Amino acid sequence: MNLYTFAIYVEDRPGVLNRVASLFRRRGFNIHSLAVGHSEVPGLSRMTAVIETDEGGARRAQAHLYKIINVVRVEDITGRPVIMRDLALIKVAADQTTRTCLMQLTQVFNARIVDVAPDSLVLEICGSEARIDGLLEVLRPYGVIEMVRAGRIAMERGSGAAEATVSPERAAAVEEGISYSV
Amino acid sequence: MTQTKMTGAQILWECLVREGVTEVFGYPGGAILPAYDALLDFPIRHTLVRHEQGATHMADGYARATGRVGVAIATSGPGATNMVTGLATAMLDSSPIVCITGQVGSRLIGSDAFQEIDITGITLPVTKHNYLVTRPDDVAGVVREAFLVASSGRPGPVLIDITKDAQQASCTFDWDAAAPTRPGWRHAGRPAQAELAHAAALVNAAERPVILAGHGVLISGAVDALRTLAERGDIPVAVTLLGIGGLPASHPLNLGMMGMHGESWVNQAIQEADLLIACGMRFDDRVTGNLKTYAPHARKIHIDIDAAEINKNVRVDAGIVGDLREVLDRLTPAVAAAQRTGWREQIARQRGDAAVRDIQQLPDDGHLYAAHAINDLWRMTRGADTIVVTDVGQHQMWEAQYYHHESPRSLITSGGLGTMGFAVPAAIGAKRARPEAEVWAIVGDGGFQMTMCELATAVQEDLAIKVAIINNGFLGMVRQWQEFFYERRYAATPLSGPDFVKLAEAFGIRAAAVSTRAQVLPAIADARAHEGPVVIDFRVEQEDTVYPMVPAGADLHAMIRRPSPIVETAAD
Ligand SMILES: Cc1cc2nc3c(=O)[nH]c(=O)nc-3n(C[C@H](O)[C@H](O)[C@H](O)COP(=O)(O)OP(=O)(O)OC[C@H]3O[C@@H](n4cnc5c(N)ncnc54)[C@H](O)[C@@H]3O)c2cc1C
Ligand SMILES: Cc1ncc(C[n+]2csc(CCOP(=O)(O)OP(=O)(O)O)c2C)c(N)n1
Repeated sequence: MNLYTFAIYVEDRPGVLNRVASLFRRRGFNIHSLAVGHSEVPGLSRMTAVIETDEGGARRAQAHLYKIINVVRVEDITGRPVIMRDLALIKVAADQTTRTCLMQLTQVFNARIVDVAPDSLVLEICGSEARIDGLLEVLRPYGVIEMVRAGRIAMERGSGAAEATVSPERAAAVEEGISYSV
Repeated sequence: MTQTKMTGAQILWECLVREGVTEVFGYPGGAILPAYDALLDFPIRHTLVRHEQGATHMADGYARATGRVGVAIATSGPGATNMVTGLATAMLDSSPIVCITGQVGSRLIGSDAFQEIDITGITLPVTKHNYLVTRPDDVAGVVREAFLVASSGRPGPVLIDITKDAQQASCTFDWDAAAPTRPGWRHAGRPAQAELAHAAALVNAAERPVILAGHGVLISGAVDALRTLAERGDIPVAVTLLGIGGLPASHPLNLGMMGMHGESWVNQAIQEADLLIACGMRFDDRVTGNLKTYAPHARKIHIDIDAAEINKNVRVDAGIVGDLREVLDRLTPAVAAAQRTGWREQIARQRGDAAVRDIQQLPDDGHLYAAHAINDLWRMTRGADTIVVTDVGQHQMWEAQYYHHESPRSLITSGGLGTMGFAVPAAIGAKRARPEAEVWAIVGDGGFQMTMCELATAVQEDLAIKVAIINNGFLGMVRQWQEFFYERRYAATPLSGPDFVKLAEAFGIRAAAVSTRAQVLPAIADARAHEGPVVIDFRVEQEDTVYPMVPAGADLHAMIRRPSPIVETAAD
């Protein structure tokens, strides 16, 4: 079992997220992370889905996704050179004695303090999941009160792009033999 | 361009008419009343069912008999939920149906209004796609797209939920503007020539190939293409339950059904094969048995329109994604004409060994065996334009073994979901679709009692279906599992029923009871001669068993075979 990352362009309509999530649930794929937002194309949203599976499972997940008629394009960007980011807000207990240490840690991890209260701090960190996990680990002894993470988003490096729409000819050229019959 | 003001309800029917729909099966209620009211003004015949599950199976039977989209309609809430089983049945067997449900007014959605249920949520996993329509302006586009989705690619069920206000309100109707356009719409791809060449090379190198012909042969209309490939390469063909009719049973290359209740020589051939050519079948677990020991010597070619089926259950050497007929038309010319006499003879020897165990060898000992009744029915109806619709259980397997189908779409059965109660309504749907055909429902006494209310539909609509109840006083298939795997502890499988003859007569249906073999032929002859619907109560051996059987998950060659020489059943 490995983690596979998909960039999924879907029509921006009610219920589409539910269809995608329901597909993963029904077919027994474990969703590691799922992030959704607008894409560069009006009317299309882009999801970044990280699922736990094997190579065969990844191919089937892609084929199943294409059968959802609101899904426009699915790219498996797992092996590609990509920038991956997660965003977290972490509220941690802080008093006179610990605040300075926490500020130093914040610097080391390239995070930011976005709120200061008498007995807590809120940290914002954007980076790889590993870095966020690292920060979290060192914060735990101080008392993590609350945390929220946005889920992984990913983009290919360089000028390569997960295209939202592909002309029929190019689709055939890219993945000859795979039909997207719904 | 025609632009006229119409209500959502009128647009619904107008679009169905333009999609070629002439028959719908349904049941009215409050939330769908505007649509029913409008129906009177359109040239569509409505068949009033007795339960909405029946409507879905009728639409399904209609679809399977013809390949055209079947349509069912129901009200919101309980009407809609009653459709779930029929949608799931169609989903698992890739059958194209469109189900239309009424929904409470759009402003009431989410308020737990009277008979409000989230039917698009409920049916999400059992439909190919579903829609909630809240504005009349969306009706035309959704209906057009629904028919395209249901019937294209790998077919399947689609549900359209229309709020009451969307049915009542008016808007301009523009058919052309409602043509389906989806950014994500893709048609089946064309496999690359190299893939086909690779597959052809595998076929040409094979000494012991077997073609596995599935439902996709019928869906794709690939009957001739399949036959051409088989004859050119002299390749034996095994069929799945839903692939029956894909090659005439009498064709010398047709081995018969594979799988759990396939004949022993068919499964043996698969286990000994050096190449499997899977054509529009999905390696269901009832077909493969234990995957670890399945066809261990064989390379595998899998042709399927659904990319998600490739390498799902069985790892293949060549996965070709596309429409079967198109693929075969391109593949076959690259296949070398061959004679595989040795291989065919090897299979024929195993076949001879199996024949002595056949239930047909039983002497007439005064008992009535289901296999005999079904085989006699085949004998009498062979050559006629006959459709047999089976329910689920032992009788379904005996039908597959002892009724020999020569043509596609002449057997209609619920394979993937195994839905008891399917046969009678699906037979009604098939009869609607093909009134000129003789339609027989073969059904167990258990399954019959699930949807027998639809006999009233057959009478009211004057649909002359012939119903053969294989009455063994048990939930037979489950009893068989208890016999084999639960030490004959018959928990909840002995089953009583009404006097089916009297019951049928109460519906106004001609009926007869048959309890000896001598009565079988006259009863069938009488049923065939009678113009209206008929019920025959075949009172068969109670503890009879379907042989051979591959226990679920066992190796395909590890069949439980009929004891030989024939051992009599408990009653003797
Ligand atoms: C009591 C019971 C016992 C059973 N025992 C057996 C048994 O012994 N043997 C047996 O075979 N079955 C048995 N079944 C049925 C079994 O469960 C499956 O339903 C059946 O094997 C499925 O057959 P299939 O794969 O051909 O059809 P489907 O499940 O309908 O699959 C069709 C395949 O064809 C593909 N397809 C569709 N259209 C096209 C096209 N145009 N081009 C290419 N591909 C296409 C689809 O994508 C799909 O993969 C039994 C069922 C019951 C209820
Ligand atoms: C709706 C539904 N409920 C339960 C089952 C499980 N089941 C499979 S076969 C069977 C027995 C069928 O009995 P009957 O209709 O009498 O047919 P027979 O096997 O005796 O031919 C049952 C209960 C099913 N397939 N469908």
